[in-house]
Amino acid sequence: MKKKAIIELIAKIIFLVSAVIAIFAVCAITIYMFIKGTPALHEVGVSELLCGNIWKPAADEPSYGILYIILSSLVATASAIAIGVPIGVLTAVFLSEMAGKKLGGIVGSAVELLAAIPSVIYGLIGMMVLNPIIFKLEMALFKDDPTHQFTGGSNMLSAIIVLAIMILPTVISVSTSSLKAVPDQLRAASLALGATKEQTIFKTVIPAAKSGILTGVVLGIGRALGEAMAINMVAGGAVNLPLPFNSVRTLTTQIVSEMGYAQGLHREVLFTVGLVLYVFIMIVNFALLRARKAGVADE
Amino acid sequence: MRKKTLAVIAASCLMAASFTACGLGSSDIEGNLTLAGSTSMEKYCEALSESFMAENPGVIVTVEYTGSGAGLESLNAGSVDIGNASRALKDEEKSGGAVENIVALDGIAVITDKDNSVDDVTSEDLAKIYKGEITNWSQLGGSNQPIVVIGREAGSGTRDAFEELVEVTDSCKYAQELDSTGAVLAKVASTPGAIGYVSLDVVDDSVIAVKINGVEASEEQILEGNYILQRPFVMATIGEISEQNDVVKAWFDYISSDAGQEITKKVGLIIPQ
Repeated sequence: MKKKAIIELIAKIIFLVSAVIAIFAVCAITIYMFIKGTPALHEVGVSELLCGNIWKPAADEPSYGILYIILSSLVATASAIAIGVPIGVLTAVFLSEMAGKKLGGIVGSAVELLAAIPSVIYGLIGMMVLNPIIFKLEMALFKDDPTHQFTGGSNMLSAIIVLAIMILPTVISVSTSSLKAVPDQLRAASLALGATKEQTIFKTVIPAAKSGILTGVVLGIGRALGEAMAINMVAGGAVNLPLPFNSVRTLTTQIVSEMGYAQGLHREVLFTVGLVLYVFIMIVNFALLRARKAGVADE
Repeated sequence: MRKKTLAVIAASCLMAASFTACGLGSSDIEGNLTLAGSTSMEKYCEALSESFMAENPGVIVTVEYTGSGAGLESLNAGSVDIGNASRALKDEEKSGGAVENIVALDGIAVITDKDNSVDDVTSEDLAKIYKGEITNWSQLGGSNQPIVVIGREAGSGTRDAFEELVEVTDSCKYAQELDSTGAVLAKVASTPGAIGYVSLDVVDDSVIAVKINGVEASEEQILEGNYILQRPFVMATIGEISEQNDVVKAWFDYISSDAGQEITKKVGLIIPQ
């Protein structure tokens, strides 16, 4: 009896310690980011840093404006969502509503495989296959435009395409499971009322799975916003206005590419860039929590 | 209790003895060596000081990377033993008795993709390309192919050196800023019409190193001083090396030793003759 009680106690302590480690990590990271990220905000000035659009950290008169970098991150993420979500949701509909067992199985495992591919592979393929194609398109489009700076295919458009593909598995798997969770009675009722299969899907099943799909979208936003490796390889990396055929730099790649040799204030500003990214991710996470709560409230 | 204390003391004595034994065979110079100066020389100085300290355990080397000008100021003010500069010394910097000891040469190659027919650019045209004033190879007598201007990220030593030597500091319009030498090499090789710059030692068959003002990018041309995209790495001292203390002399001896020259080559630099 006594032995059992001791085992219980030890188990309890182990669980508690494990839980504390997770909380400790989150708190430590948050505190660290704020401590490291805020000094540069004071030194450079909040408006100059966040609203300035000239990034010349190593110049004699350095300028640390990260507006274009923030915008690039937002535009890349939003565009990737705009392309990836419709494809993802329709794939999910196909998987849950239309595909037979055999075909569904093949598509389902393909999606899982897509999720398992490391981002550096996406980057590599983007660099070797996508960039040359985009470069050809760029040369055709801007043939007679002497003011255009040719990016060699490494630009915003490539980044968006890579990101859109990268968020697909997240959107598809979360949406599929929420579509599958919609009770069959709803489908049966809709069909019994004389609705076609398509009407049933778009007017009954998708609205019923709304919160799950929304969760998938928010997770996709998080993935797109936080991706660094693949973007670093395909986006060109010069700080520019986020137009499709401009070479761009996002919050993540900004840190990755300059941390190596950055010193002094330049380094501190990179921590601030990290803080901005962190705040964005926090916002995305709160949105995620709300989406999930909305889902719970619906049921 | 007393026995235990004795054992501990004996053990530490033994350890100390073995450490000394390890140190035997190498020199027994002791002291501090302070350097300050060029940020571009960081990789080189770190590599040198690490192996120098391994060789001479009694010496502590501290290097500050404050920039060439600031390093020479510290030298003239007497606060450091050696002032690092990644350029030749100016006359007013020499007036305090500083002697220019060139320890290595840094060469930068301008590279294009294999299919490019332009194999010679003038330094003025190179500056124009990087400023975005020349945007097509046809303007330089090549095929009708837009130029994709590739460079390194802010803070990179190679970028500093290139922009300084081509006189385009902070006025470059890059189409791509990549964060490693390897990435520049790979992108230039795979992008038609691309131009980039890398350390001379990494140039391989996948790209063409173009001539600058008709001079080929090679170690010989750099040593002869004909190739312009080069800069000296200077470790300046007040007075000749022979007038310095033992630690400084040992440092310069080490740089010119086989081991030191090995390091120089390893970080991609050229040994001056």
